[in-house]
Amino acid sequence: MQVIKVENLFKQYQLGQVSTGTISHDLNRWFHKIRGKEDPYEIITGENAREEKGTSNYIWALKDINFDVKQGEVLGIIGRNGAGKSTLLKILSKVTAPTKGTIKIRGRIASLLEVGTGFHPELTGRENIFLNGAILGMTKSEIRSKFDEIVAFSGVEKYIDTPVKRYSSGMYVRLAFAVAAHLEPEILIVDEVLAVGDAEFQKKCLGKMKDVSNQGRTVIFVSHNLVAVKSLCQRGILMERGGIAFMGSADETVEHYMKVNAAQLNPSISFEYPVDALGNELIKLKTVSVEPTNPFITDEISIHFSFWNFSEDPSIFLAFDLIDLHEEVVFGSGFKIDKGIDNLCHATCTIPGDLMNDGVYSIELYFNTSDMRLLLSLPSTVSFEIADKERSYAYFGKINGAVRPKLHWNIKPQ
Amino acid sequence: MKSSDDSWTEIIKPKRGWLDINLQEIWRYRDLIILFVRRDFVSIYKQTILGPLWLFIQPLFTTFIFYFVFNQIAKISTEGVDPILFYLSGITLWNYFSDCFSKTSNTFVANASIFGKVYFPRLTTPISIVISNLIKLGIQVILFVMIAFYQVTFNNASININSSILMLPLLILLMAIMGLGMGILFSALTTKYRDLSFLLTFGIQLLMYATPIIYPLSFTSGKLHQVLSYNPITPIIENFRYSFFGIGTFDLVGLIYSTIFSISVLFIGILFFNKVENKFMDTV
Repeated sequence: MQVIKVENLFKQYQLGQVSTGTISHDLNRWFHKIRGKEDPYEIITGENAREEKGTSNYIWALKDINFDVKQGEVLGIIGRNGAGKSTLLKILSKVTAPTKGTIKIRGRIASLLEVGTGFHPELTGRENIFLNGAILGMTKSEIRSKFDEIVAFSGVEKYIDTPVKRYSSGMYVRLAFAVAAHLEPEILIVDEVLAVGDAEFQKKCLGKMKDVSNQGRTVIFVSHNLVAVKSLCQRGILMERGGIAFMGSADETVEHYMKVNAAQLNPSISFEYPVDALGNELIKLKTVSVEPTNPFITDEISIHFSFWNFSEDPSIFLAFDLIDLHEEVVFGSGFKIDKGIDNLCHATCTIPGDLMNDGVYSIELYFNTSDMRLLLSLPSTVSFEIADKERSYAYFGKINGAVRPKLHWNIKPQ
Repeated sequence: MKSSDDSWTEIIKPKRGWLDINLQEIWRYRDLIILFVRRDFVSIYKQTILGPLWLFIQPLFTTFIFYFVFNQIAKISTEGVDPILFYLSGITLWNYFSDCFSKTSNTFVANASIFGKVYFPRLTTPISIVISNLIKLGIQVILFVMIAFYQVTFNNASININSSILMLPLLILLMAIMGLGMGILFSALTTKYRDLSFLLTFGIQLLMYATPIIYPLSFTSGKLHQVLSYNPITPIIENFRYSFFGIGTFDLVGLIYSTIFSISVLFIGILFFNKVENKFMDTV
């Protein structure tokens, strides 16, 4: 049975200063309307593309969205920032209305869009549970019957009669989430709540989400966290520029998204002849390539180098730095490479699997003489992404550290 | 698979009709209204030293100022009524109206952050404001009764309560409806045209002088008298003074006029509020 049916949904936003000229726009609109003409501001609407400077002040944040959700399904929605995910959720949770199209819903929707909405700092935890619960649509008696459960879930029993302004931010979030988690709606919308709280709390949240879906209720989960989407969702939707770019199983959707992302990376660079190649009169780069092109953290990664050595030195000390997105050098490595046929030099360096953390990396090259005189340096020749794998445990956040080696653990009883 | 259209519990559509008002939903959220009232009341005085005593201090100080300026200096007649009681009664009633009006008039702007995240019937917010002000009024009425008792006992002030005092709940209801109606109408308009909020602040102030608060209606005459009679709050104040002090006359026509005005303005207010409700997040 379908519980949500989204049909031809459009949402238009006005960019820039909204208040300027609205009276004149309104009058113009009205003037067109009474003559039976189209809205003059709807025609000139550009598409949702932030990089390109649009010609009009109006954009479509959502463009012709169609999908439906079945009962008990866990649907993941992914996409880059500004792809329209949040706008879609706002319309689903009735915070704002669509410009065109309809959404049909069966059952009560509750969203964990922003936990703690309506919390008043001067009120105690107890008072806020009731207030927040009522804002989220519960009646007083519903809240009263779940009150003990909520308090237990939040883990702030001791401070329940203290104003929440004295709470630590962690306690605050836990209490707020506890209220939202006990809503028991037919359809639950979860948006990036995994970003807050510690690992233990995250586990609770995801556990709650699983409970909800196990009880045959529907969950819509919006996240940047591809691993969590893959592990928790059955179906996925990829949003791009206000439209649906892909719809399928969660695995397929995540894969598709990674492919789109990977297309913007440049995992190999190659030149046929020295004349076109990067470099100087002494050193010319032939190729740098990463294999596999879309590695997972568990994969062994091979980086192939080849270059022409036109210097007098029969061998070159080639070094590279692996640089992450924050422009930090994760590590550097180098090796002496002898001249081959036609001055060509080849080498392959292997990074073992289960060493690197997930993320986007680029490679910077240094060519030195054997007595370590720098002949040439080439910044960010290639870039590639190392993707995270599904995990068996419940924490799906980014694991800290520049590297993420798999180390040996020895567990023996004392 | 069953997907007949009538089994959908909710349909989200782009535009709302003018008369598409869901009062049942507001009733379903009545617990929220009560909790909002509680929140407003608890939180406002929680960090103050004098706490709810402010509810007494405000009208008392204003009354003293009015007494010195308008009674002692300007020598405006109060038609034989004890001036302290005359001003205090006017201020108490007027404050209720002006609080209802001004505090509901920025509903959307003041609650933008919460309205932007969760849906609940937006009308619950202004309704709760009117109710929490009603509690405040109740406390101030007690103050008025105490002061009246004191003035009668020790200062020989005369009051003349008659049976029309039973109309008091109606008078208060009318002011609540009028304040709410005007407030939500303004709140709907200010989401688009912010300039209106500036107009409102001194507009309410000016309106007070156009209402017989510091002077009795009988003090005016001719054209001015006629203009003041068009003010829909005038009959409410006048009727209260008639029922409590016995001055003036019972003005039934004025009361009917006020009632019609209140209900119309509330109706128009709800229409506009409802129309703006589901779109305002894009303009705020």
